[in-house]
Amino acid sequence: MSTRLANGGRLLDKGRKIDFTFNGKRMRGFEGDTIASALLANDQMMVGRSFKYHRPRGVVASGAEEPNGLVGMGTGADFEPNQRVTTTELFDGLTCTSQNHWPSLDFDVGAINTKLSRFLPAGFYYKMFIYPRPFWKHVYEPIIRKSAGLGRAPDQRDTDTYEHFYAFCDVLVIGGGVAGLQAARAAGATGAKVLLIEQTAHWGGRAPVDGGTVGGQPVDKFVDEIVAELAAMDNVTMRNRTMGAGVYDHGYALGYERVGDHQPAAKGPRHRLWRIRAAQIVTATGAIERPLSFAGNDIPGVMLASAVRDYVVDFGVSIGDRTVVVTNNDDAYRTAITLKKNGLDVPAILDARVPTQDSPLMAEAKGLGIRVLMGHGVSSVQGGKRVTGVGVCSQAGEGAVLEEIACDAVAMSGGWSPVVHLWSHCGGKLIWDEATAAFRPDVDNAPTGAKGEAFVTPAGAANGALSLGNVLSDATSAGAAAAKAAGHTGDAVAVPEVENIDEARMAPVWMMPQGAGVKKRQKAWLDYQNDVKVSDIQLAAQEGYESVEHAKRYTTLGMATDQGKLSNINGLAILSDALGQPIPQTGTTTFRPPYTPISMASITGEARDERFMPIRQTPMYDWHVENGAFFEPVGQWRRPYTYQKSGETIEQAVSREVKATRASLGMLDASTLGKLVVKGKDAGKFLDMLYTNMMSTLKPGRCRYGLMCSENGFLIDDGVVARIDDDTFLCHTTTGGAESIHGHMEEWLQTEWWDWDVYVANLTEQYAQIAVVGPRARETLEKLTGDDISGEALPFMAWKDITLGGIAARAYRISFSGELSYEIAVKASEGRALWDALLAAGQPANITVYGTEALHIMRAEKGFIMMGDETDGTVIPQDLGLNWAISKKKDDYIGKRAQARSHMTDPTRWKLVGLETVDGGVLPDGAYATAEGKNANGQRETQGRVTSTYHSPTLERGIAMGLVLNGPDRMGEVLEFPRLDGTVMRAKIVDPVFFDKDGEKQNV
Amino acid sequence: MSNSVSALNGASATGFATVRDMGLQGMITLRGDLSAAAIKNAVKTAAGGDMPSAGHISLSDAGSAAWMSPDELLIVVPYADADAKLAEITKGMGDAHHMAVNVSDARCMFAVSGDDALVREALAKLMPVDLSPAAFKIGQFRRSRMAQVPAAVWMADTGEARIVCFRSVAQYVFDLLKGATAPGSEVRYMAR
Repeated sequence: MSTRLANGGRLLDKGRKIDFTFNGKRMRGFEGDTIASALLANDQMMVGRSFKYHRPRGVVASGAEEPNGLVGMGTGADFEPNQRVTTTELFDGLTCTSQNHWPSLDFDVGAINTKLSRFLPAGFYYKMFIYPRPFWKHVYEPIIRKSAGLGRAPDQRDTDTYEHFYAFCDVLVIGGGVAGLQAARAAGATGAKVLLIEQTAHWGGRAPVDGGTVGGQPVDKFVDEIVAELAAMDNVTMRNRTMGAGVYDHGYALGYERVGDHQPAAKGPRHRLWRIRAAQIVTATGAIERPLSFAGNDIPGVMLASAVRDYVVDFGVSIGDRTVVVTNNDDAYRTAITLKKNGLDVPAILDARVPTQDSPLMAEAKGLGIRVLMGHGVSSVQGGKRVTGVGVCSQAGEGAVLEEIACDAVAMSGGWSPVVHLWSHCGGKLIWDEATAAFRPDVDNAPTGAKGEAFVTPAGAANGALSLGNVLSDATSAGAAAAKAAGHTGDAVAVPEVENIDEARMAPVWMMPQGAGVKKRQKAWLDYQNDVKVSDIQLAAQEGYESVEHAKRYTTLGMATDQGKLSNINGLAILSDALGQPIPQTGTTTFRPPYTPISMASITGEARDERFMPIRQTPMYDWHVENGAFFEPVGQWRRPYTYQKSGETIEQAVSREVKATRASLGMLDASTLGKLVVKGKDAGKFLDMLYTNMMSTLKPGRCRYGLMCSENGFLIDDGVVARIDDDTFLCHTTTGGAESIHGHMEEWLQTEWWDWDVYVANLTEQYAQIAVVGPRARETLEKLTGDDISGEALPFMAWKDITLGGIAARAYRISFSGELSYEIAVKASEGRALWDALLAAGQPANITVYGTEALHIMRAEKGFIMMGDETDGTVIPQDLGLNWAISKKKDDYIGKRAQARSHMTDPTRWKLVGLETVDGGVLPDGAYATAEGKNANGQRETQGRVTSTYHSPTLERGIAMGLVLNGPDRMGEVLEFPRLDGTVMRAKIVDPVFFDKDGEKQNV
Repeated sequence: MSNSVSALNGASATGFATVRDMGLQGMITLRGDLSAAAIKNAVKTAAGGDMPSAGHISLSDAGSAAWMSPDELLIVVPYADADAKLAEITKGMGDAHHMAVNVSDARCMFAVSGDDALVREALAKLMPVDLSPAAFKIGQFRRSRMAQVPAAVWMADTGEARIVCFRSVAQYVFDLLKGATAPGSEVRYMAR
């Protein structure tokens, strides 16, 4: 059994006990524990079931590479799935539950899959569920989803907060082990601004566990000193619990800080995403130990040798009383020695190598009385939910059991792989190192910046330097080189003196024993989390998946939440062997950020709830909210669609607003309308180019409706232009077009007509704009002004500066409704005051505030087009019968040449007409008018489509506009519009102006 | 004037730094050839200071002038003076090609005040700008974005940041700043 030792646990504060629960069971740990170490201290070896076969799984590792130990943490709004037990710090009151089992962790029905494993080979899902296709969505997908998956999604809103932080530095050092610390010291000494981040809560990485002496003292003392030294440097910032998640172009890196995970009651954000801009990045990300592929290597109790050592030294936890060590390298001897020195039994070290002489570590182990079996390996592990023993075999053979050794833990080591993820994220290349049988950074092919310079430097074990001495000297030069590349050439630091311990060369062992038969290979796991075995990769190779990227996706090797941190190298070694090619030729899959999963909420940062997205508000916004506005989004604005009174439906409210406006007086908040000022002696010339019609001839004091097209001739915006003075125009745009048309104007001015004297400013928000509309508009305004606004003094399509209720205003006599109408612009700060004054003044005329839907209906009744309804990016003004607004006198305007192209002048282009339903009903929006016959795809031919459709409260019938083949020539013809329910609506082609065709109402 | 209200009407919030709506501010957009004598004189007359260099704001008791782009300045004066100052500028510029418009009501100004480093850190949660004291000194002016909207920022004094954004997003920006200064969320990257 695993248990807490009486001594040891350098990371623990044994004075502070912490209570927590696992699957409802109360357990106790200490401050400094991870969930994993605390579970193991409570003899909870088994932590979950595997993904596919539901096999019992225990903790394998002690860090970010852990594949099995994922739990659901918290409850309700605090619940979060897939929390890695090896990297989650214990806190008082923590609750966690294991995942992927039913009905319980101990007894799981899905475990039957393991008996059926020969029927569930690589690519099983692809093979099994490909036919029949109609089953994909409703039969197969629900089954697969139910059987697969790890944790369940939370069902309540997260109540924590998250944030981003933009940080800038000269040198970012990722990893706070001895390499990172030394690199930060070397970079910091030059005067560079250094940010050092470390994913765990501790500095020094695994060096204190592995031991050694630096400068004549134990390495942990060296760590303490360097941490104190760095903490005292003003130009160095150290952040623990902050993982380097990704490295991107231009020295951009993401740091994932777990601010509140270990102290959930504290104020402040739970996670903070650091968005770092660094001139240079040092990746001191260490190395990860590889498992060995032998049968039963997934049985709880089989663990990485380094992890076994970590639990003893860091947390005072023994994994078992009797631990068999199996290895292909010297490092695992440290585990055996550590266990022995802590009074635990090591029945044997099975070393796959056959060395000619003992290395110092071998000699030390033997000196402690540990039995060392050279040239041996594990034939298979015995046990179900817990290791009970191992069968010993010759590594060179096929697995005949020479001897059985009873044990309750197996410590395995297949060598070390440098963590090259962050080096690789932005294009750093790798080379295969024969001596360590691992990929390490190819420093001559580093990620490069804008000038082609390398901007990432690997350091220490992450660079393939595995011994303490090599780590520190490599880190020293890496830190100094990064600082120099960032432009800092201050003091240099010396490489600390390290007493080196010679190690015998490791031997690559990808399968154990070397000649393992198929039964053993089917029980030799590569990827624990996704249940991929040696046999699966071999099958994939046999079936032709030669590319490592294809084999990965076919078998799901390395596709789980651990992204193959343990399985990657072993898997591609097996694949290479099956393909009969060297490992470097197979290559690796692509390393992508984030290094380990980061919370979605940290990516979202502050952008949730009221900060989810900006909602643009007009000065009258509060009034709208208080008066029952039903809002619709228009760009980033919220505009009232209609104002519902109690008991009214949306339709009734809209109808009331239209009728009241036509009968007496309506008022609209038109502030969102774009308002661009164009000024300069060439302003008229410029607008003549931008609009299809002539603007330069407009007289000051007058307004003109204009159309704007793209270079390709398509209609992009429309609106009324007012000439303010000889040099100045005010161009109204659509609400959604204000920013884009401003950009359009600036682009032409900056790139094409840079020598014209024209400036543009976007004054959209400077003004509140209120439309006062209806037969009683003038008399209402006259109550608030002494200025002459009679039909003679302020005629249709003119503007005038007036004073309204004491407020300086500009009144534009323009109409989008066909009514007598004034759009009043005042400074935004006075908008609400004017709004209130108008409401009061309009009371006798039953002033009715209306929303965008009433606006749209009234314009449709008048046959006015609407951008985005009648236009969709493929429509030209000529399609809409707007030839009157296209100047024939001008040599050029933007879009003119395009509109002369053959397709644009094609007489069969669909043209705008009005559509009047035969039964008075309302046509569905976007409905197509059918024609005889079928097209090449067997679809019904069409001859037109609906662009706008409403129920007209004024005419008490459905009205619509549409684009129809030869439409204007076919007045009176009836078209058929099939509806989604299978019925057909019939509508007559009519003039698009349904109401007051002569414009008598607006010209009073 | 009594009718005029800024978007948030002087709202404020206090966390580890204080966020305040600065109320109505006079702002004039002035575009033209920034090297011309006429425009330099106009800046002097309107804002009382010198022409700001690129990326800077010239601060004086009478007002300030901020460099917005190679051909654009933002002149900040008391709200009540904006129209008069605009007229002065227009007169002073004479026939020189330029544009001067009152944008006072299109904008909103916020102050974030408190410990200098903490104020900078709060803004650095929202703006992708190096706001460290070494990189962003008093007198520097930066147009950037604040989360999802455009914003300009400068340090008016030690521990006194000013932010200008569009009026329509005043509530959003206020909420952002309030969140960024929430107690307990101090980053302590610039502050030690």
